[in-house]
Amino acid sequence: MKRVTKLLSLCLVLMMVVGMLSACGDKEEKAGSFSDGGKVLNIRVWNDEFARRMRDHMPGYTAKNPDNALEGGTLGDITVNFIQVENQGTAYQDALDAALEAQANASGDDLLDIFLVEVDYAAKYVQSEYSLDVKKLGLTDTDLANQYQYTKDAVTYNGALKGVTWQACPAGLIYNREIAKEVLGTDDPAEVQKAVSDWATFTATAEEMKEAGYYMVAGYDDTFRVFSNNVSSKWVEDGKLNIDAQLSAWVDQTKEFTDKGYNNKASLWGDTWSAGFYPDGGVFCYFGPAWFIDFSMAADTEGSIANQGGWGLCEGPQNYFWGGTWICAASGTDNAKEIVEIMKAMTCNETVMKGIVEKDGDFINHKPAMEAMAQTDYSNKVLGGQNPLPIFVAAANSIELKNLSTYDQGCNETFQAAMKDYFDGVCDYETALKNFKEDIHTKYPAISVD
Amino acid sequence: MADVQKSQKHRSVTKGKWGIIFMIPFALAFFAFQLYPLFSTVYNSFFENYKDGLNQVGPNFIGIDNYKEILSDGSLLRLAYNTLIMWLIGFVPQILISLLLASWFANHRLRIRCAGFFKTVIYMPNLIMASAFAMLFFALFSDIGPVNAMLSSMGFGTFRFFSSPWATRIIIGFMNFLMWFGNTTILLMAGIMGIDPALFEAAEVDGARPGQIFRKITLPILKPILLYVMLTSMIGGIQMFDVPQILTNGSGSPNKTALTLIMELNKHMYSKNYGMGGAISVVLLIMTAILSLLVFKFMVKKKED
Repeated sequence: MKRVTKLLSLCLVLMMVVGMLSACGDKEEKAGSFSDGGKVLNIRVWNDEFARRMRDHMPGYTAKNPDNALEGGTLGDITVNFIQVENQGTAYQDALDAALEAQANASGDDLLDIFLVEVDYAAKYVQSEYSLDVKKLGLTDTDLANQYQYTKDAVTYNGALKGVTWQACPAGLIYNREIAKEVLGTDDPAEVQKAVSDWATFTATAEEMKEAGYYMVAGYDDTFRVFSNNVSSKWVEDGKLNIDAQLSAWVDQTKEFTDKGYNNKASLWGDTWSAGFYPDGGVFCYFGPAWFIDFSMAADTEGSIANQGGWGLCEGPQNYFWGGTWICAASGTDNAKEIVEIMKAMTCNETVMKGIVEKDGDFINHKPAMEAMAQTDYSNKVLGGQNPLPIFVAAANSIELKNLSTYDQGCNETFQAAMKDYFDGVCDYETALKNFKEDIHTKYPAISVD
Repeated sequence: MADVQKSQKHRSVTKGKWGIIFMIPFALAFFAFQLYPLFSTVYNSFFENYKDGLNQVGPNFIGIDNYKEILSDGSLLRLAYNTLIMWLIGFVPQILISLLLASWFANHRLRIRCAGFFKTVIYMPNLIMASAFAMLFFALFSDIGPVNAMLSSMGFGTFRFFSSPWATRIIIGFMNFLMWFGNTTILLMAGIMGIDPALFEAAEVDGARPGQIFRKITLPILKPILLYVMLTSMIGGIQMFDVPQILTNGSGSPNKTALTLIMELNKHMYSKNYGMGGAISVVLLIMTAILSLLVFKFMVKKKED
């Protein structure tokens, strides 16, 4: 028996030592390096959007299975693979982080070449050595000249441009035409804009809506992006948590709206929130960009306001944007030539990009092309035939996006969740703020919260 | 004589060998997936070891700093209180109703019809995934869900369940009760059916009333099973996670009143904070051990009296 115990403890000690050793195996650095000649192009994505854009618009690309773009295809004699992990929570980032770390020991066909990032966590990858400067890869200022400046600012770090995107996400205020006619006496975008032109008139209109028995907005988070994307400082400055004046303004406004009954106390994407997509919901307006109008407002559901073309679009109180997907090149790639080819075609080539607008209704990252289309009779069914492009074009020109931090996703999510208790009246502002700080300290131990 | 002894000894060694061989798969799995992780958790809890974005911080040995941090601000007590309250809300009705149902099902004089059917039905909620169950209740009790529709059609107006700390806790307790009372019933029933029927008959012949039989015969004999149910349920309660996590989207809202210990542990995984995660796990282990000992001591002592 004694011998068995001894053997066991020896086993345990061995296991621990082996575990520790494998954790500190030395890594070969591949930071900033790239080469050519790889036969397989691996692309990490969280949905099939980019794969479909490639299938439909990339010159020289043949999809293996046209019905499922994610199955990949061939670009010349190069095989293209898509590796999909859902965006939910941090699943996509966890898988991507693991792949980027394994890059140092990967070779040939297993090397990761391209990965996509979303605006809320773009900074995390842009500020790392895992993403490549696209200008060093071979994209020139002339190639990039027609892109919106904010789409470049968002992914620029220490002067290096670390990604490119085919879309821009300028957003506006989407209003219910029926309610506008009843309360404001008109559903003309220019006239409605006068009633929501700044936050003071927006609040005054909210009072009118309430008297008429309607909600100005569906819930707490509707105006969040309008404020949070106009901040003049980052969530984290010099390692310290920082709450921008715009975010405090969102808290004050939402508390006032909640107490006065201007909103339906809903949380974003919840069923109370989306009730306003239908005539009985009685919600005057939502905030969103082009993708929101076409994909999020139940346009395919019989009986929804969107289905009947009952929405209108105007600028709203503040210019802002919502969302965005960037294409990044992974350090250590062996397909630099193909990456440049894809980036040039999808984000710089006017003919290819116009095809994206015509087929998919996306707002593309090509200034002259969008300005030209704004002058045409392009129309949107959800918006009752209105051409939204002039408004989006104007908004896109004035978007600024310089204050991203690597912690944005967690900070945004946690702030909205913590403040909900304050809006609900469960606790006061100080308690909600304390809860927020505690959670941030838990999620990001590196940030000082005091 | 000597020969006999020798052959007996020989036989017992052969049997022992097979015993060890049959134990090897379990033992290996136990060491690899239970014992080793247990030790490495304790080991990790003494290190600063997390990810800041893509940068790895540590592992740096920092002694008991992780423990100091989690124990200093009292938030762990608050979480332990939340967990305890929600467990009690579920466990008290669970044990009472299970006892009642078990004694009815096991009572040969009642002869309940379709007992098999009902036994299956009460076990059903346990077969649904906790996350699916939580989504279901989230939809049922949402601001515009069916429960609120019923309330307002009966003239009570709507009630925002998930903005009220106690409503949220009661819903979570109730869900745990629904999921586990069937399981407990079956355990207790097995215990009651194991009691010698002669005891019941004797009591009846002596003129004992059903209430007396239950208190004087069923309960005392059932005590070991009750202890087992109590312990497993308590350990399950300390580890309460899936239902409140899904129901409150991980936030433990409103105002962190539905935040349990394991939900807090899960938050540390956001930045892969193995040090703090390890420290909380160790504290939980110690808490569980102390509580189990207390329950055990308490129940066993009573039995001796």
